[in-house]
Amino acid sequence: MSWQNSTNTGFKEENRLSTGRRLLYRLHIDLPLWIGIMILSAMGMVVLYSAGDKSLELLNRQFVRLLIAFIVMLMVAQINPNTLKHWAPWLFGLGLLMLIAVLVVGEVGKGAQRWLDLGVFRFQPSELMKIAVPLMTAWYLAEAPLPPKMGRLMVAIIIVLVPTILIAKQPDLGTSILIASSGIFVLLLAGLRWQIIASVMVLMAASAPLFWNYLLHDYQRQRILTFLNPETDPLGSGYHIIQSTIAIGSGGIYGKGWLNGTQAHLDFLPERSTDFVFAVFSEEFGFLGILLLLAVYVAIISRGIIIAVNAQDTFSRLVAGSLTLTFFVYVFVNIGMVSGILPVVGLPLPLISYGGTSMVTIMAAFGILMSIQTHRKLVGA
Amino acid sequence: MAFNSNLKLKDHFQETQIFNQRILVAGIIMFFLLILLLSRMVYLQISNQQYYSTLSENNRVNILPIPPSRGLIFDRNGVLLAQNLPSFTLEIIPEHVENLDATLKNLSQLITITDDDLNRFDKNRRKKRRFEGIPLRFQLNEEEVAKISGQLYNLPGVDITAQLTRHYPQGNLAAHAVGYVSRINEAELKKLDVSNYSATTHIGKVGIERTYENVLHGKVGFEHVETNAQGRVLRVLDRTRPVSGKNLYLNMDSRVQAIAEESLAENNGSLVAIDPRNGAVLAIASMPSYDPNLFVHGISTKNYKTLSTSPERPLFNRALRGQYPPGSTIKPLVGLAGLELGEVHEHDAVDCPGWYMLKNDERRYRDWKKTGHDDTDLTKAIVESCDVYFYDLALKLGIDNISNYLAHFGLGQKTGIDIRGELSGLNPSREWKRRSRNLPWFPGETLITGIGQGFMLTTPLQLATATAAIAKRGTRYKPRMVLAVQNQQNGELLPTNPELLTPVPINEESHWQTIIDSMRDVVHSIHGTARGIKRNLQYTIAGKTGTAQVFGIAQDAEYVKEEIAKKLQDHALFIGYAPIDNPRIAVALIVENGGSGGSVAAPIVRKVMDQYLLNLPKENQDEKKP
Repeated sequence: MSWQNSTNTGFKEENRLSTGRRLLYRLHIDLPLWIGIMILSAMGMVVLYSAGDKSLELLNRQFVRLLIAFIVMLMVAQINPNTLKHWAPWLFGLGLLMLIAVLVVGEVGKGAQRWLDLGVFRFQPSELMKIAVPLMTAWYLAEAPLPPKMGRLMVAIIIVLVPTILIAKQPDLGTSILIASSGIFVLLLAGLRWQIIASVMVLMAASAPLFWNYLLHDYQRQRILTFLNPETDPLGSGYHIIQSTIAIGSGGIYGKGWLNGTQAHLDFLPERSTDFVFAVFSEEFGFLGILLLLAVYVAIISRGIIIAVNAQDTFSRLVAGSLTLTFFVYVFVNIGMVSGILPVVGLPLPLISYGGTSMVTIMAAFGILMSIQTHRKLVGA
Repeated sequence: MAFNSNLKLKDHFQETQIFNQRILVAGIIMFFLLILLLSRMVYLQISNQQYYSTLSENNRVNILPIPPSRGLIFDRNGVLLAQNLPSFTLEIIPEHVENLDATLKNLSQLITITDDDLNRFDKNRRKKRRFEGIPLRFQLNEEEVAKISGQLYNLPGVDITAQLTRHYPQGNLAAHAVGYVSRINEAELKKLDVSNYSATTHIGKVGIERTYENVLHGKVGFEHVETNAQGRVLRVLDRTRPVSGKNLYLNMDSRVQAIAEESLAENNGSLVAIDPRNGAVLAIASMPSYDPNLFVHGISTKNYKTLSTSPERPLFNRALRGQYPPGSTIKPLVGLAGLELGEVHEHDAVDCPGWYMLKNDERRYRDWKKTGHDDTDLTKAIVESCDVYFYDLALKLGIDNISNYLAHFGLGQKTGIDIRGELSGLNPSREWKRRSRNLPWFPGETLITGIGQGFMLTTPLQLATATAAIAKRGTRYKPRMVLAVQNQQNGELLPTNPELLTPVPINEESHWQTIIDSMRDVVHSIHGTARGIKRNLQYTIAGKTGTAQVFGIAQDAEYVKEEIAKKLQDHALFIGYAPIDNPRIAVALIVENGGSGGSVAAPIVRKVMDQYLLNLPKENQDEKKP
């Protein structure tokens, strides 16, 4: 109790800042993160203009989505982490119900049931879960001293596993990987013992054949097989990987120049404004462009880690850490699959790829990071 | 409380410791994963940039071959025999069609597609190259083109292509000699220069079209085009023009050819006319003929069956491949052999009672004239075609001398004409018989060889070249179809050169005169077997009639009675040249089952000679010489 009291009596950090930054603080905006996100969004618009064959309509829609996503981010940033902590079980419960609803009555799009038609708009409950799972796991683990005891650990694992399996059933392998990792990151950051981690990994390796045979859909198995040997089916499922590696490789150091990517503009690249936008970027801007892009991502991730390390309570720390690491997974898996070192799982390149739902979720996550950073109180006097 | 608070503080500290430690581990892992991504980029973009650039360039840039236009074929007066006409073809690229059956159904609602079209389409589909259009319908008319063009947007993989297709404006005329082109088949594809034929769909199959394929075809051109992933051409980056094939001018005179073909319309047969001065083939007819245009787009099964199973054998090129006993037309050559080898003298006479018998042999070898020719010398024997004289002469010469001497005239050997597929006939010899039948030679066989029967077989082309050799008193030229080759780019005409063959060896020039005088009398004397053609003749002809026995009919002999009778009739032959003093045309003709050489074959040869020697110069003035 004394610790909590002492924080209450502390100065608000904003008191020590200049007028401009004070305003940002009052709006609960974290400037470094904000700048990183702005640069990334701008780069995204530039690439999309090329990937979308100079379609202003596509650019326009992306811009509107970015605007909505920024507003969502700002709104989320206003919410005190403590409030989020109280909401965590409710959000998780709601998400779980909706996931079950999707499986029962959901709409089928591109062969997968992911959407829930709420009358006014369609909604992907799995997006809510991307936020709700780390919040819930962090809330549950932060209730008791860390590192977590075995019983609590088991419950936490179930909290992560249930939505993961439900989403994998839709089927949406990419998102279920993201959700599983966001939960697992919370467990790891909470101090899950290495012995347990090691034995789980052994267990996973052992159960891989089971997973392969019973949990994966045919097309998922096909994707993995294709990934291992794309040349076996150059015009079928290997086509994406072959064409995107050609796009990246032919970009060279300096790239072919903006709007000059032949792979992209002559229709050889599939999904070139969504999941495979990185190939367009690499073809046109080359290795130097990739260095710049990765630098921006590294900056954003570093900022996320700083925010997590500076967070003042266990819940915030775990949530900030997990969201940041999940963001990294996004980037890594997308670039990895486009450049042919990971199987194609259908994840967008965050803040660059065209597409709405995941962008809003990512920005909401940044909102939480900003909230955690800007709702801090200085300890002591 | 204090203890509790201490504990919590301690926990908090420991939790922070653990967290920071874990974040550090995560950071390190992320760092290595990032390095992994970067190394992948270095691998793709720096180490292998060249490789991927090439792949990307290959993706983007397609090489489209452009077919060269095939050389035209003219006769010696510039009459077009083979040309290229623009036509529209409906093609389907199956790789770009989702549902072939539905597409075919849609198309058949727009235009007529026959079962033949579909069968041919299926046939071609099995042996086509990847991403190659397969023709479904040829020669679309404008209305059909318009109908389909309007629907192309919802018929992916369907396209209308315009191209030049081969057309033979003279139809049946000289079809065997000119030949035809047809779609390249798999066996040919293996032997071809694939790059030069990458845009070519048709290739010469028979005749001049086949023999001169290399000259007529030309050189393929290329367009480097930028294409998108669907293969649509977006723009042309670079173009290498194709080089058109060369035009051919044939030695053939299509009017002479037409006369020959018309005259043979009622009987099957073959006529070959050669200019003895250079070997130029003036006419080369094989009747019945066929329309080569049927083959260009792939002949329908029904039409092909009709052509290939007809007992008249219209596809058979009799001029080059028809092997007939030469009959009495061989007599001047045997006579010359007798004079040259000293076995007879010009005025030595043989008594002809109408038959001949060998010693120790009961068999009577008959003369065609049952009453006999009485005292017969060489000239009389040729003029009246006495068989007994030549039985006697043959026996004196012996088979070895006969076959050796006939070989000087090219019998038993291919003439080397510039059309493929020629057969060599048969100039029988002792050695041949032992080799092929493992039997000794019998004297009786020598007798009938002397009158061009027995084993001996000649093609009309061989007889014509032998006749030309008589006309030029032993000087022989290789028969040639092509007069000149024309470069389409600059119009330059390159005449082909006459090719001399080994001349017929002669010891005594007067022997030629004896033979030639005899042959003149065949036409010009009152006893000549071809005297019927001398009426109103404005020039001189030296000739020899022949009648060849038909040994039997084909095994599948289910003909009606009259047919059998017809098929059993003798072949009528005539060889001759004109004018005698300055020979310009040498002709050999065989009329299958025509009966008498003098009354059936000789008049046809005269018509051909009249056309060439008399009518031609006048009409020639209206025509443009090449």
